[in-house]
Amino acid sequence: MLEVKGIEKSFDDLKVLRGVNLKVGRGDVVTVIGPSGSGKTTLLRCINFLERAEAGEMIFDDVRYRLDAMTRKEIAALRKKTAFVFQNYNLFRNKTALQNVTEGLVVARKVPKSEAREAGLRALQKVGMADRADAYPHQLSGGQQQRVAIARAIVTEPEVIFFDEPTSALDPELVGEVLGVMRNLASEGRTMLIVTHEMQFARNVANHVVFMDDGAVVEEGPPEEIFGAPREERTRKFLQSIMNREAPAAL
Amino acid sequence: MDERVWQLMQDSFWQLLLPGLRITIPLTLISFSLGLIIALLTAMVQVANIRGLKQIARFYVWVIRGTPLIVQLFVVFFGLPDLGIVLDAFPSAVIVFAFNTGAYASETIRAAIEAVPSGQIEAGYCVGMNYVQIMARIVLPQAMRTAFPPLSNSLIGLVKDTSLAANITVMEMFMSAQRIAARTYETFALYCEVAVIYLLFCTVLTKLQTYCEKRMKNY
Ligand SMILES: Nc1ncnc2c1ncn2[C@@H]1O[C@H](COP(=O)(O)OP(=O)(O)O)[C@@H](O)[C@H]1O
Ligand SMILES: [Mg+2]
Repeated sequence: MLEVKGIEKSFDDLKVLRGVNLKVGRGDVVTVIGPSGSGKTTLLRCINFLERAEAGEMIFDDVRYRLDAMTRKEIAALRKKTAFVFQNYNLFRNKTALQNVTEGLVVARKVPKSEAREAGLRALQKVGMADRADAYPHQLSGGQQQRVAIARAIVTEPEVIFFDEPTSALDPELVGEVLGVMRNLASEGRTMLIVTHEMQFARNVANHVVFMDDGAVVEEGPPEEIFGAPREERTRKFLQSIMNREAPAAL
Repeated sequence: MDERVWQLMQDSFWQLLLPGLRITIPLTLISFSLGLIIALLTAMVQVANIRGLKQIARFYVWVIRGTPLIVQLFVVFFGLPDLGIVLDAFPSAVIVFAFNTGAYASETIRAAIEAVPSGQIEAGYCVGMNYVQIMARIVLPQAMRTAFPPLSNSLIGLVKDTSLAANITVMEMFMSAQRIAARTYETFALYCEVAVIYLLFCTVLTKLQTYCEKRMKNY
């Protein structure tokens, strides 16, 4: 349902994406892994037009778009079919948890308030945050904020949800609650494209894993292959370094 | 202090408070409200980077901030008639104070808008809102909270600055004090008395500011 081809992006002289291809089918959970600075965040931001790619095309629901020549209207229409979960949550600080969730319905999609409220409460219920519906973001822990952000993402029933390292800003003891929610979404058959450093999660929940390095896809495939028998030397090195980092925690 | 001066101060208290309530306070509130609207527009065209308007906004802020308030009052009240534009003293004062507040407050508001993290705007786009909706519902409410204390400062400053309007014949509180002082020769007593009334007004505003800030604490 979503395919991007040949995305290129530079910041000044720095080439950050060198022709990235990516495919996400309906109901897929695709995770993107790779070293810090390899361009994963930039890739997601280009796909959701928070950054403008210099080259590349996107096919969304069988419609083809040129990423370097998007109109404002096309961007607005596509954004209404997607959702984005940020590394640092980015909840609206002047809105309660419930208002954060309903804002996209009431303001952007003109859903009647009462209907939006119900949908919002259902979404909060799903992430286990219904009892904090009236709390402001600063009154919530990082994990709770991220769960509200996930509720905000699912409430509009997007065709695909993008996650940019949703647990990286969290204290270790809060990571589990967010991954748990994401696991539930995956089991509901939601389409998700997830950048993550949580290898266990990528291995267990994803049906496709993409390894990126230096602005390009180095290797991709089902998790058993990428984690069990990586073909590329760079993939092996990366996984090795991650395992070494995680080893002490496993003891 | 002898009996006579004390009596004079009591008698003149109402003669000062009345123009304070009838002129100084309305002049302040009307000018400040208009000034805030001007400030908001001036800040918005700069933040939204609207070509042409942005340059005009910068020019306006530059001129107002770079010239004395009293000179602006004189230009409007005594100068404009030369060009055939004759305004009464009170509206002249409102115009000058409004544009003055507008220039300073626009810088306050602009800085407050720019202090809202870009992630808030990106999140707005990602839930499907457009620029205007994001500004109105996310950015401005947050910016206004940041801008509230410095804007209160401007308001308190304006209460005192309205005394300059005495120079263009507005019968506000300070002008009244001058008149009574001239008649009675009790200069020290009367100027101190009018100072105390200004202090009173500003104290009320400060209390109000504290109260409002507490109420905004929820986010
Ligand atoms: N707005 C920006 N301006 C300049 N350089 C940037 C910007 N955003 C990212 N970069 C650079 O692009 C590269 C890729 O960054 P990023 O996409 O954040 O990688 P990742 O998410 O994989 O860690 C990094 O070298 C980073 O410094
Ligand atoms: Mg990143």
